[in-house]
Amino acid sequence: MSQQNLESLDVEAIREEFPILEREFDGEQVVYLDNAATTQTPDPVVDAMSDYYREYNANVHRGIHHLSQEASIAYEEAHDRVADFIGADGREEIIFTKNTTEAENLVAYAWGLNELGPDDEIVLTEMEHHASLVTWQQIGKQTGADVEYIRVTEDGRLDMDHARELITDDTAMLSAVHVSNTLGTVNPVSKLVDIAHEHDALAFIDGAQAVPNRPVDVDAIDADFYAFSGHKMAGPTGIGALYGKQELLEEMQPYLYGGGMIRKVTFEDSTWDELPWKFEPGTPQIAEAVGLVAAIDWLEEIGMDRVQAHEEEITRYAYEQLTAEPDVEIYGPEPGSERAGLVGFNVDGVHAHDLASIMNDHTVAIRAGDHCTQPLHDKLGVAASARASFYVYNTKDEVDKLVAAIDDARQLFA
Amino acid sequence: MPTRPSTVAPEPFYNSLAYSFSTMGLGSDMYRQQILDHYKNPRNYGELEDPTFTHVGENPMCGDEIRMDVKLDDDEETIKQVAFSGDGCAISQASASMLSKELRGKTVDELLEMDRDDVIDMLGVDISPMRVKCAVLAEKVAQDGAEIYQGDLDVEKTTTEDD
Repeated sequence: MSQQNLESLDVEAIREEFPILEREFDGEQVVYLDNAATTQTPDPVVDAMSDYYREYNANVHRGIHHLSQEASIAYEEAHDRVADFIGADGREEIIFTKNTTEAENLVAYAWGLNELGPDDEIVLTEMEHHASLVTWQQIGKQTGADVEYIRVTEDGRLDMDHARELITDDTAMLSAVHVSNTLGTVNPVSKLVDIAHEHDALAFIDGAQAVPNRPVDVDAIDADFYAFSGHKMAGPTGIGALYGKQELLEEMQPYLYGGGMIRKVTFEDSTWDELPWKFEPGTPQIAEAVGLVAAIDWLEEIGMDRVQAHEEEITRYAYEQLTAEPDVEIYGPEPGSERAGLVGFNVDGVHAHDLASIMNDHTVAIRAGDHCTQPLHDKLGVAASARASFYVYNTKDEVDKLVAAIDDARQLFA
Repeated sequence: MPTRPSTVAPEPFYNSLAYSFSTMGLGSDMYRQQILDHYKNPRNYGELEDPTFTHVGENPMCGDEIRMDVKLDDDEETIKQVAFSGDGCAISQASASMLSKELRGKTVDELLEMDRDDVIDMLGVDISPMRVKCAVLAEKVAQDGAEIYQGDLDVEKTTTEDD
């Protein structure tokens, strides 16, 4: 994309669609830098969900009446829209879940419990989010499968030589984050998937931190499974999506049972509805699906290339400002195409939670803690880190406020 | 008599979301000189040679860790000496430091009667809702240590997670 396009990204106009960014605490406007946890929701998304409740709220599964037909069509077509957005073949490959974590669990239970045994290996990375780490760790315990972790190098990247060493013909599943929520690393997921496939292993890619801020094509990546959450990409909470290759999803047994996912039920047995409904029992998240579609529309109108370019620019600026501070340690790779829009760091002598509290005095919202990557923090040798994460509405001025707050913290603790 | 901070204790806030909103942005109060002083120059830091009881605890969310050593007087009721060691955020460590002073001369029963209001009172500052666990860690460790000593509790390590 051209530089001109990037410059034409009208951040001020974008911000007008987020009234929450105008909120003040004690006269100070909020600086929201906690986007890797959840992004804010623009008016068009809120409006779409509000319209749903005001205009065509009804249960889905094709009730006979008008309202149910409208709701059913909107809900079903939301799958088509998501499929199109990430390069899947169609709605059969998109299952709506509560979030990425549930998508991970769906595959772990529906596939892992049935397919894994003591002779199998599950390969994860040291930078996995607990969503995948804890899930596969526990499935490993239940099935007897070994769990192994691809090392993270000093500069916060995956050790690909180690990956080639770990992934063998015994490997049944590789699960890796596309973008690390702690280090910001953009992993070479196509390569990882290729290595897994060379050994007939399946590959699950956790895209929770990738889909919100860069073009993602699951077909190009060739992932067998791919998951993400709506609330990290300007959409609502309560909805995420699992992409799965159709032939795999066809073979898998349901993970949750109930109404809406069956074809024929007798007192003795049941048969399953077609994909994706087989994996979506009960009344689903209809308003959230409508909201997710609105978020995708909103993002595509900006253009995912431009979302990515804006984040890279802000991240580079933040990285430069923070590296200029001698007592700030930043985790993860240098800015560029291998680093997404978040910066994890610690200030020498200031605990991350104290830092976040002082940031809050400046109404700068950051996250501090283990970011659901405790083993990675153990490896980094810190109990917690601070994390500033950016989205399409953030500005360099806001980064300056972050740096000013660090100065304040340093003075307090000096 | 242990000295009490002269600052006025805040109203109990943890039941009231509205109150916690109203205190946001006033959090710099959390880092008043007294807290920072105890964090930078912790009192009674270290371990006792011959403690009557000793106990450890952690706040897994923050990674705060505290060990409290308590030595009782010959009456086996009055706290004669307290030491703490550990690592963590300013709130948890300052709270442990201040508590180590506060407990001296109290009875074990008085220690067990303390609640989180007493800790916040002792700190003399507003503690934002997410940081209360940091503030009360030392108190909980000391109390659990006392209960284990009295035979009323059996835990290896105190955590503030199940608060």
